[in-house]
Amino acid sequence: MCSLKKIVVLVKDIPDLTDIWIGQDRRPILASVKRKINDLDKRALESAVQLKEKYGGEVVTLSLGDEKTRTTILDALSSGADSAFIINDRELTGLDALTTAKALSVALKKLEPFDLVLCGEMSLDTLSSQIGARIAEILNISQVMYAKRIDLTGNKIKVERDVEYYEEVVEVELPAIVSVIREINEPRIPSLMNIMKAKRKPIIEWDSKTLGLSVDELKKLSSIEILDVKAPLVERKRIMIKGETPEEVVEKLVEALRSEGVLRDLK
Amino acid sequence: MTGILVYSEDSDLQLQLLSKGRELSNSLAVKLYALVIGSNVEGYEAHFLNYSDVVIIIENKSFEHYDVELYKIGVVEAVKKVNPDVILIGATKFGKELAARTAAALDAGCITECISLNIDKEGNLLAERLIYGGSSIALEKSRRKPHIAVISKNIFKKTEPSTSVAEVLRLYIDQPKSKVQILKKREKSKLDTGLEDASIIVAAGRGFKKKEDLDLLRELSSILGSKIGCTRPISADNGWLDEWIGISGKKVKPRLYIAFGISGTIQHAAGIRGSQIIVSVNQDESAGIFEISDYGIVGDLYTILPALIKLLKKMKNLES
Repeated sequence: MCSLKKIVVLVKDIPDLTDIWIGQDRRPILASVKRKINDLDKRALESAVQLKEKYGGEVVTLSLGDEKTRTTILDALSSGADSAFIINDRELTGLDALTTAKALSVALKKLEPFDLVLCGEMSLDTLSSQIGARIAEILNISQVMYAKRIDLTGNKIKVERDVEYYEEVVEVELPAIVSVIREINEPRIPSLMNIMKAKRKPIIEWDSKTLGLSVDELKKLSSIEILDVKAPLVERKRIMIKGETPEEVVEKLVEALRSEGVLRDLK
Repeated sequence: MTGILVYSEDSDLQLQLLSKGRELSNSLAVKLYALVIGSNVEGYEAHFLNYSDVVIIIENKSFEHYDVELYKIGVVEAVKKVNPDVILIGATKFGKELAARTAAALDAGCITECISLNIDKEGNLLAERLIYGGSSIALEKSRRKPHIAVISKNIFKKTEPSTSVAEVLRLYIDQPKSKVQILKKREKSKLDTGLEDASIIVAAGRGFKKKEDLDLLRELSSILGSKIGCTRPISADNGWLDEWIGISGKKVKPRLYIAFGISGTIQHAAGIRGSQIIVSVNQDESAGIFEISDYGIVGDLYTILPALIKLLKKMKNLES
């Protein structure tokens, strides 16, 4: 009989992207934007909870966050996580992917033994998709990315994954780290009872000292620096074509496209 | 400065990156290396002989499958051999895994999905990339070597081959056993590919109610000699087409992009931002797609599309 002991889900709280406005200076305004769990991480959590329902064990989340993460993470606890671990240290903000993966790996070591680490294929704010692969390398565990289905087979996991050229089903030994894609599931909407219960679930915060992380060393190692963030200039004509009938509208459109020179030989 | 190393399992993409790599290697006066990894790459170096100074070949049975852990060992081996300043890797799904894993093995930084690349006076790599779901562009600096940059197809253009011919360097490595066992594999159909090189694309969004209705789009497409694209829900959720356009899918830059029933999420917008002219048809006048369109039509695609087909057919008959 298959069974699981512990699944760790990497959960990042990110700005709600639909709430980001672009200011006069073309810079995104983030200050007042509320935060939410990265959608793909929520799907990773949903997978973990489904595995737990089938094979037992506990589901814990791990985040690198700040003082606001406590609030965001309640959503994960309402959605089936048993407890949440947050690395919260003022000194550890603004890390790059290299040092973020280092910090998370040290925290994962502290959470051992685990069977499985799950995460989203990327976080939708920075879109860098590096953390999963970096952790696999640092912890020397099996790596399977872009999963759209995960199941347990004995002491291994079976994963259906989807890449450009093919779909495949692979099996790897545990412990492993698996990243999920959007198609893996639709996360559950927590019931009111589970939302109430979540407030009593443990949230454990760790700082660099508890983890034995040297902030100086991490800062020295950090190699990517963000110099500027700006919205792209959208230079579109934004001409609305109007007419009495569909025929009139498409005639005007074709005329416009011809004069743009983008409509050439018809087949 | 010692060199630029370029790898992608996609040879077209690798040629594009080598073309950009040549620009960097010229400005730094260093060598350009093309890396080839595989289980059977006999003759494969021919692709790159006129696009690099040295083609490094690492051939080993273990490279039969795209196993990221094993490929990483290959890349690291090449890095140890030539000690490059810059490593360019193609941003396919496999390439992204490989770049991150290699970066971790080298304790190096890595910039994913760059849309521009430069080296500053101090030898740092500067790259622009999309963030916040594609709504903003970040300028990032990699301040320690090796600089690793991961780049999608069609960001840089393939140049003409040079007349000089690269030398070939073979590396041999021992490989551990793969941790990944492949139980089943299905190659995807390649019917809908070619989007990235298409000069006209007509695309479907959730305004399409049934799979059969895509036939309308196919009819238009055959008249225009275009390719058919779609948004993520049409492909990933409905399975109506194999690949989608957007930040997580194909990034396209046709001279004409016509969007039917596409709302224009920032993720989709990020995939079409390179288009010369964008036309959109949507019933909802407040749809975001109109903000990023050159020509917009508020209307039902089920009446606009047939009218457009009829008109183009008539024009075609007049012309022939």
